[in-house]
Amino acid sequence: MADDRLGVLIAAARAGDDAAFAELVAATHADTWTLAVRLTGNAEDAADVVQETYIRAYRSLSGFRGDARFTTWLHRITANCAASHRGRRVRHRHDELNPDTPVVDTHRDHDPQAHVDDEALRVELLAALDRLPSRLRTVVVLRDVYDLPHEAIASELGISVSAAKVRLHRGRRRLRDSLTGLGATAQEVSAALDTGSATAEQGVA
Amino acid sequence: MTAPRRRDLRCSDVAYELLAVAAGEPIVDMRARAHVRQCPRCQDELIQYRTLLRSLRRLRTDVLEPAPGLLAEVLAAIGAAGERHAVDSLVTGRRMAYAGGMAAAGAGVVVGLALLAVRSRRQRRRAPVRSARLAAILPSNRA
Repeated sequence: MADDRLGVLIAAARAGDDAAFAELVAATHADTWTLAVRLTGNAEDAADVVQETYIRAYRSLSGFRGDARFTTWLHRITANCAASHRGRRVRHRHDELNPDTPVVDTHRDHDPQAHVDDEALRVELLAALDRLPSRLRTVVVLRDVYDLPHEAIASELGISVSAAKVRLHRGRRRLRDSLTGLGATAQEVSAALDTGSATAEQGVA
Repeated sequence: MTAPRRRDLRCSDVAYELLAVAAGEPIVDMRARAHVRQCPRCQDELIQYRTLLRSLRRLRTDVLEPAPGLLAEVLAAIGAAGERHAVDSLVTGRRMAYAGGMAAAGAGVVVGLALLAVRSRRQRRRAPVRSARLAAILPSNRA
């Protein structure tokens, strides 16, 4: 949905228009669902988290000031709900996890072989994410997939920023260790180091 | 006297920097950068991290198909929550009215007690004045 239309709906919903809020839910629920699945690792918990997310959003919409993107605001609520939900769960189900969960929309602009490699890595990555302890997976998903700032992640999970960074570091290492499809070429190494050194020199200058 | 020679960096010494540079941050430590430039193992690790982070970012474009009926369930839950909220507000409003009454009554009691206290204090203050002779006999407290 275009940002303009989203803005109109948000304004109407804040003014008490329930139909506008319902339209907002319809426009964003697939994205929220995706994040909830990534965070919880199973459909049942994800459904609970999505429901709770929108109830909270409905109740606190007046507090949304528009200084952040609406989707980012929703992602933060989803992260918070998933963390609370996990806390309430006595048992964590792994049997429903499925890395082949249907994807209805992806953007790939690579050549066919790269697409095959990417797809294989994607499936492997989803399975590896799934195996991560949820406290590590949550931080990796929020930071490396959804690009939430460390501060926002720490705030929604009720942990310190340094704890969030430690979890991120551990999560990335575990993922790296468990993936086999992460190849390297000399050119890529060179490019990575040059990027780092160029940024470093700019920072020093 | 010569300065102690710094030992060469090990791979484990640059592990954190590797992850940082893979995420797009610079390696500020020149020794760490020099180590990575000549260490095939660290170079492999660096590229693995870059590939990992790139793959993770791509997951953002995935939109999974929601569970059947999810939208209807969410909207129904919001409706129910809205109703509950309205009922809660109503009950809370009544509670507030009751609490307001109790508070007013309590405040009346407090004000009454305060007035009594002030009155008795005044009486205590006035007492020495009324018994000037007694005050003249007793030693002053204001010495």
